[in-house]
Amino acid sequence: MGIELKEITKTYGQDAAPVLSTVNAEIQDGELFVIVGPSGCGKSTLLRMIAGIIPITSGTLTINDQVMNGVPPKDRNLSMVFQSYALYPFLSVTDNVAFGLKARKMAPAEITRRVQDALAMVSLTDFADRKPRELSGGQRQRVALARAIASDSKICLMDEPLSNLDAQLRVKMRSEIRELQRKLGLTLIYVTHDQTEAMTMADHVMVLNDQHVQQIDTPLDIYNHPANHFVAQFFGTPQINLFAATIAGDEASERITIDDTLHVQLNQPLAAGRYTVGIRPNQMALKPATTGGNANVLNVETLGEQTIIEVTMDSGQEVRIVQAGQVQIKINQRVTVSALGPAFVFDDQQTLIAEQGGVSDDQLVSVG
Amino acid sequence: MINSFPSVKRRRQTNQAPGPKEEVRANVKNFELQKNDKYYAWLFLGPSFLVLGIFVFYPMLRTLYLSLFLTDSFGRPTVFVGLQNYLNLLTSKVYMASIQATGVYVIGVTAFTIICGLLLAAVANQKIRGIEFFRTIFTATMGVSVSVSAIFWLFMFNPSIGVLNQIALFLHLPTVNWLTNPHWAMVSVITTSVWMHLGFTFLIFFGALQSVPKTLYDAADVSGASSRYQFFHITLPMISPTFFFVAVITMISSFKSFGLIDLMTAGGPTNATNLLVYRIYKDAFVDGNYAVASTESIVLAIIIAIITFIQFKLLAKRVNY
Repeated sequence: MGIELKEITKTYGQDAAPVLSTVNAEIQDGELFVIVGPSGCGKSTLLRMIAGIIPITSGTLTINDQVMNGVPPKDRNLSMVFQSYALYPFLSVTDNVAFGLKARKMAPAEITRRVQDALAMVSLTDFADRKPRELSGGQRQRVALARAIASDSKICLMDEPLSNLDAQLRVKMRSEIRELQRKLGLTLIYVTHDQTEAMTMADHVMVLNDQHVQQIDTPLDIYNHPANHFVAQFFGTPQINLFAATIAGDEASERITIDDTLHVQLNQPLAAGRYTVGIRPNQMALKPATTGGNANVLNVETLGEQTIIEVTMDSGQEVRIVQAGQVQIKINQRVTVSALGPAFVFDDQQTLIAEQGGVSDDQLVSVG
Repeated sequence: MINSFPSVKRRRQTNQAPGPKEEVRANVKNFELQKNDKYYAWLFLGPSFLVLGIFVFYPMLRTLYLSLFLTDSFGRPTVFVGLQNYLNLLTSKVYMASIQATGVYVIGVTAFTIICGLLLAAVANQKIRGIEFFRTIFTATMGVSVSVSAIFWLFMFNPSIGVLNQIALFLHLPTVNWLTNPHWAMVSVITTSVWMHLGFTFLIFFGALQSVPKTLYDAADVSGASSRYQFFHITLPMISPTFFFVAVITMISSFKSFGLIDLMTAGGPTNATNLLVYRIYKDAFVDGNYAVASTESIVLAIIIAIITFIQFKLLAKRVNY
């Protein structure tokens, strides 16, 4: 059951480079599945292929164990919410919500019932007779949601539904969508470029970049065990610090050196060689140094409940550090920077191979 | 829209709430500006008033004046007859036939221009290989003058050598006297006129179709609407402003058809294509009957005003979204 993507590839034109290649995923019934990635990574293309708006070049899409590749959108029994909302400007809110139902020639009484239910669910009953231009952005968004609800299909696709809203409304709608999805038991596939939306809403996240799936996992597992450089950098604000590091000598060692003053102790030995070590800003600490020290303060951003400090290491590398509370520190102050907790070790293919605290391979899903 | 007016006013009032001193200064400044404005207004509007006055307002009033008199062969008023010219005109069977012919012509041209233009635009809007070539071809009639198109349609309609009758012969169909049979003459001039209007209409409709957001169709696809349903319930409502624009423009333009009629049928046969505008020309400048022509001009102006009024009423109702 659920939705299954097997080796899905999309190419425009015969000899063109693929815009998506060999995407594999399984989406369970009733889960909120987020597809996240930077613009141009093919996430909307993937969603449109699932909807049937654009054809799949190769690979198989199955919904509830039925192959859907050649099935037209209207027979896939799903609903879709667009970034631009795709509301019909000449129709009232009611008629917009009823559009698909009327097109399917449903009984008028049933249409009225469904439209009223859907509008009540997104609290738009009082706006039923308005035209889209008489609504605010958030209300238009809700009309689009109501249209999806009224279709009564159990699968809903959303293409960046919140990106036209202001920041506060986005936070509010985020939880509203999550709540609706739970209440209606929808299988929701949600495309976004915003890692915060992915982290806060998803049951499972698919990270896409460069036409390839980077990782599919729960939000926390993605944060705690990023499969590669890209995923590590994409999730978490401020961005993770990546250091060039070495294990010196000829023998495997548990001690990995970033520079003379910064080391990470691993739980299992790694062969000698060059690696990249990733440490999240909140896993680094600094204290003012009267003598010595290994870095200078470059910039300080005080956010109230936390402070983001940028420093320049003596090696020239810039490092971001997050400290709780309101840290009083001057620019150009000499400081000592140290690494605290978990660190990620990536090989020269940018793939995660070890973590401080150890990691077993089966926790990772990575596609080169 | 209406709801927002009070708030706009209020905002303007609060904006204009400076201290008493500032208010006085602002008023003085306003007054100076107004004096200057008046001077510049006349300077800029003057040439337009002059040109419009000589070529539009004066002829209009003169026409109205002449329509109340009898005139001699030089167009000079002789006897004041009041509304007698109008009474004569409105009881004239020939004139009523002319109005009817004009009605048939205008409605025929407008309807077929819109249908054909929309059809071509819908075709050109498809993603078909090589469609760009046809988009250019479809707009080509915009570049052809009235006289040129009238002349080559005359060739096509020619009863013996014309391509239309040649095709009819080839298909063993009866041939038609396109321009000398009263019924077919109307068909012929409507065809030519539609063909001439088509390029512009196509271009406008094509632009309108292209500006309909693609996601509206995507959304309709997903929600289960067939492409027929989408055409009638998305495309047509979305382009309704264009629809009315084209209708108004084509109607006005076909009311004014003169060169086409003059070159193709000269109002004949037996007045079958003697449209109102052509009739005015003939009465005034061929028959020298200036009073009658003036009266006809005024009646035509009133007819067009009424139609335009109705169209704008419809426009305000239907097109607003």
